[in-house]
Amino acid sequence: MTKFNAWNVIKNGLNGQSYWTRQWRDPEPKSSYDVVIIGGGLHGLATAYYLAKNHNIKNVAVLEKGWIGGGNAGRNTTIVRSNYMMPGNHEFYEHSLKLWENLSHELNYNVMFSQRAHVSLFHSPGAKDSVSRIYNIMRLHGTDAELWDLKTLKKKIPHLNYHNSRFPILGAAVQKRAGNARHDAVAWGYARAADTLGVDILQNCEVTGFTRKNGNIESIQTSRGIIKGKKIGFAVAGNTSVLWQMAELGNLPIESHKLQAFVSEAVKPLLDQVVVYGVGGAHFYISQSDKGSMVFGGDLDWYKSYAQRGNLPMVQDVAEAAMAIFPSLGRIRLLRHWAGVMDMTMDGSFFICKTPISNLYLNAGWNYGGFKASPASGWYFADLIANESPHNYVQNHNLERFEKGINIDERGAGPDPKLHG
Amino acid sequence: MIRINCPYCGERDHSEFSYGGDATINYPSLDASEKEWTEAIFFRKNIKGFQFETWHHSNGCRMWLVVERSTITHEIKSVKPCHPDLQKVVKNNK
Repeated sequence: MTKFNAWNVIKNGLNGQSYWTRQWRDPEPKSSYDVVIIGGGLHGLATAYYLAKNHNIKNVAVLEKGWIGGGNAGRNTTIVRSNYMMPGNHEFYEHSLKLWENLSHELNYNVMFSQRAHVSLFHSPGAKDSVSRIYNIMRLHGTDAELWDLKTLKKKIPHLNYHNSRFPILGAAVQKRAGNARHDAVAWGYARAADTLGVDILQNCEVTGFTRKNGNIESIQTSRGIIKGKKIGFAVAGNTSVLWQMAELGNLPIESHKLQAFVSEAVKPLLDQVVVYGVGGAHFYISQSDKGSMVFGGDLDWYKSYAQRGNLPMVQDVAEAAMAIFPSLGRIRLLRHWAGVMDMTMDGSFFICKTPISNLYLNAGWNYGGFKASPASGWYFADLIANESPHNYVQNHNLERFEKGINIDERGAGPDPKLHG
Repeated sequence: MIRINCPYCGERDHSEFSYGGDATINYPSLDASEKEWTEAIFFRKNIKGFQFETWHHSNGCRMWLVVERSTITHEIKSVKPCHPDLQKVVKNNK
């Protein structure tokens, strides 16, 4: 693997770009590994990378049923933020944001992380109080957070609809260190960095069954043969329940829902921040990619589904929200829209935990927020697998929290998965 | 758009309805253990394939329905009123 640096860029520039090597190997599966991670998305790849990097466990395989970057890694709106208030969540996401800040150097891969600020609009004194509380909690924990009054907001983003008489904009809650990144680059960067440390990335390798022995999972049946793993990790958000039942473990506090994302044609620089608009049943978030496309999304399709395609009522809903807050988008053309399958959990928070099978570990339930969580998710999942006990930050992110009554419900929406957007 | 054939109103767009959730949950008795209640409230089969689920015709007759729908293709096999007595009434009227 050729390192990306100025010297190699110049050398290859003079040699017709012919000395670059492939980004990661395409190995044949070995018969056994110390750790097998099922799911080659951002979380699975990050886990493999931190297992090798932080814990020196390098005999690791990542099984991916499709190709790297083909699942939810390539189906998100690339927003990175850490505006959480519940104990466990804010430390976790803040650590994730800190990992993002150095990720390009860490991986020797430009993930184009851009800390352009995350601007969450509010439209009533009640909403201002509510968001002030959350952002104050963030400040108390050392996360950056501030409120912009209307004057500041108008100066920063002059072309929002400030004449909406139904939902007038009063100001915004802002996290300046938040922003977005290039999702493909994150997947490729983690895959390349993990591969360099000796991790086998096995694409087109779908898990079809498990063989149990003495209560443990002894081996995994895959479309590329039988693979043994001393420890096994699930990181397959969207399809967690399917694997969980394949391992005969019963039910989970998860429903699979689909969430759409949209990309417009490329336009000249229009929007410098990530803007979030959510009021009166609308939910809309938008940013502009480095290529110039407007990247935006809204709510779930509101019914359970494993289909990776969106339905039209939500397209209309999102377009209406766009026009309500950003009328200048009216003539812009939509290039693509797609849907990803989310693990929506019963309290809107994730799981990084042990399971009833002693050599099986679970990483699941990322709701809307999987993308920004990827670095910390890999970090703490690797930590759990290597050390056999959860770090303090994720000690309550387990399946037992519901019975204990310590749900981690940021929105206070109750046990209805589709409401935790 | 999914089309749901409401037994009271006829076939309508799914945007007239609100999705409820798993229609097969049996709530335990009030004095059942915490474990049983946790299971009923928080844990789901999350079926990939055909499942029975509730929908509310919120912008129509406002009746609750049980719909048998595929969570992969969204194909609908059957739509019935939620309440078993109403199922009989609808049947007898047809």
